[in-house]
Amino acid sequence: MAGAAPDARPRAHFHDPKPRYPMKRTIFNNQLLPWLLLAPQLIITFVFFLWPAAQAVRQSFLREDAFGTRTTFVGLDNFIRLWNSPEYLNSLQVTAVFAISVTALSMGVSLLLAIAVDRMIRSTRAYTTLLVWPYAVAPAVAGILWWFIFNPTIGIMPYVLGQLGYDWNHISNKGDAMTLVVIASAWKQISYNFLFFLAGLQAIPASLREAAAIDGAGPVRRFFDITFPLLSPTTFFLLVVNIVYAMFDTFAVIDATTEGGPAQATNILVYKVYFDGFVGQNLGSSAAQSVVLMVLVAALTVIQFRYVEKKVAY
Amino acid sequence: MIRYSTASAVALVASLSAASAETTIEWWHAMGGELGAKLEEIVQGFNDSQDEYRVNPSYKGTYPETMTAAIAAFRANQQPTIVQVFEVGTGTMMAAEGAIVPVHQLMEEHGQGFDKSAFLPQVVGYYTDPEGNMLSMPFNSSTPIVYYNKSVFEKAGLDPEQPPKTWAELEQFSKQIKDSGAASCGFTTQWISWIQTENLSAWHNQPIGTMENGFGGLDARLSLNGPVQVKHWENLKRWSDEGIFKYGGPVGGDNAAPMFYSQECAMIMGSSASRAGVIANAKDFDLGYGMLPYYDDVEGAPQNSIIGGATLWVLSGKSDEEYAAAAAFFDYLSSPEVQADWASFSGYLPITEAAREQMADFYAQNPGADTGINQITLNEPTENSKGLRFGNYVQIRGIIDEEFEQLMSGSKDAQGALDSVVERGDDLLEQFQAQSQ
Repeated sequence: MAGAAPDARPRAHFHDPKPRYPMKRTIFNNQLLPWLLLAPQLIITFVFFLWPAAQAVRQSFLREDAFGTRTTFVGLDNFIRLWNSPEYLNSLQVTAVFAISVTALSMGVSLLLAIAVDRMIRSTRAYTTLLVWPYAVAPAVAGILWWFIFNPTIGIMPYVLGQLGYDWNHISNKGDAMTLVVIASAWKQISYNFLFFLAGLQAIPASLREAAAIDGAGPVRRFFDITFPLLSPTTFFLLVVNIVYAMFDTFAVIDATTEGGPAQATNILVYKVYFDGFVGQNLGSSAAQSVVLMVLVAALTVIQFRYVEKKVAY
Repeated sequence: MIRYSTASAVALVASLSAASAETTIEWWHAMGGELGAKLEEIVQGFNDSQDEYRVNPSYKGTYPETMTAAIAAFRANQQPTIVQVFEVGTGTMMAAEGAIVPVHQLMEEHGQGFDKSAFLPQVVGYYTDPEGNMLSMPFNSSTPIVYYNKSVFEKAGLDPEQPPKTWAELEQFSKQIKDSGAASCGFTTQWISWIQTENLSAWHNQPIGTMENGFGGLDARLSLNGPVQVKHWENLKRWSDEGIFKYGGPVGGDNAAPMFYSQECAMIMGSSASRAGVIANAKDFDLGYGMLPYYDDVEGAPQNSIIGGATLWVLSGKSDEEYAAAAAFFDYLSSPEVQADWASFSGYLPITEAAREQMADFYAQNPGADTGINQITLNEPTENSKGLRFGNYVQIRGIIDEEFEQLMSGSKDAQGALDSVVERGDDLLEQFQAQSQ
């Protein structure tokens, strides 16, 4: 830990029980003011999160017709049905494949782009600006764009792939459909990841890499021994953001391209909640699914911050 | 400040007293684009025809979105008086007894001289209870027909005036079209569920469910895995493998129409209400119309096809004046003039016998426009061809698409796919029955 000592000093300053320079503390006697200042945020959280979440939990134990004229308490029946439903288990699996692929693809590509731009001497800014553009496109618009590009009848990609001997058809081929939604969703996220990776790369002191180069490490070795570990806080942050994005923010892309098809091959959990609840009017099941999702998000967050974060060197 | 609020109070009172002179009711609908503009024109006609009632139409998006909006509004006590609901939502609406006012009851209590025998049984039969009472007012009803490319037929050496009558002919024509190079595919279709499953069954007088296709009660279950449906799905898969049939996608089949317009496929099965759109897009070729093909070895075929589209439902919790307004509007809507105007503009079917007669001139001037109406009235409907009525049917249609896709991708055979439709669909029907009792 000797090596950590020099940079541990300024940190210790904040936690010193007896600060050398006593800080001036301002005390507000008004008990109401802090609550008033917090109120807008608290109200928004309550109205748009806590209250609907409580409603979903309540609804998940009920069976009700669409108009709410007949309501029966059914206990865990909605959850048991889910557990026994092959479609739901399929959706879980599809979501896992989708989230991992989107995260890996978007983070992989953006890391490559960030490294390429980081090595550039001139025109870094121009490339950065261009690469950030897709982030400004709304997910639904992005979905429509990809729908056009890959449309089996009028799209350009199926035509090109056809010339190469591949018969692209995401309307009947499950693999093609998954590929399409993964590409469309990952594309949206590349800009965001790219910006963070580039900032992370530029924060790594060049002297470390130069020292390694002098010690005889090649570019690949330098990347894996120096750059990648030092980039890990950025990577960890992006991992969390990307998984959450893939699982919860890709609704518009799915809705605009495949609508969960063919044969449920791209029916991720979030889309299934919407479809069963809003299109199918099966409110009990839809509510039970969103409760499962809530638990899933909570679990993911805990795992990421309690377990994965410990392995990250800040 | 005081003067300002006094002025606004006066204005408020003034507007309230102006509003009380006529009763305004809300109508939520799902007709966008040109159909929406025509609908507003019809409403305008009603509003101008009298000064007692006003109908205020609002476009609420797609059919499922409109239905969902109305249901959510009902739960929040903000429901419109009239809402347009697509045919597969009928089961859900019917079961919501406390939430709807049946149209026959509305018209008996508030309408003038309502005569249910004036309506075409093939159209209203879909929306009646077991006693034959109309539950909702048919507004836009259509039925699937065949559109074909006469120019391609000619190029392939076929008679351009003869659309295929049977599936055997359709297969033979398609092969000839493909082999001659006139087009690269014989036919495509919209709506696997509505056309290639439900209508196929009605057209061959086969049931798709027990208890008169669900009309008899909530304990009805699916039975669409019979030999005719299995044979047909098997054929579709084989024709797809041979390249004479191309699948246009789930639900309405978004990719089917472009394949027909681009002359890739020589025939398409689609809604009779698509007629205006098809004509607008068929600029480079001559267009022909035909009835759906049938298997001539099935006894009783062709029977009659069934309708799709939407009807107007009246929701509960409104005042007597509002119901009187709805009844007056329905009277206006089912008048022969309005019906004939709407049907000849849109390609939807007229809902009364009088409107059909009124349209005789139109049909004479537009050959093929009467294909749909002739097809649904070909025979007196049987219990297999009256329509269908199941709860959770939006989801069941989704299952039909999914299992058809399993068949297309080769992971199931036709019997297996249709058996799965029945198994998965029955599970949803069971849930619906439980939540509605």
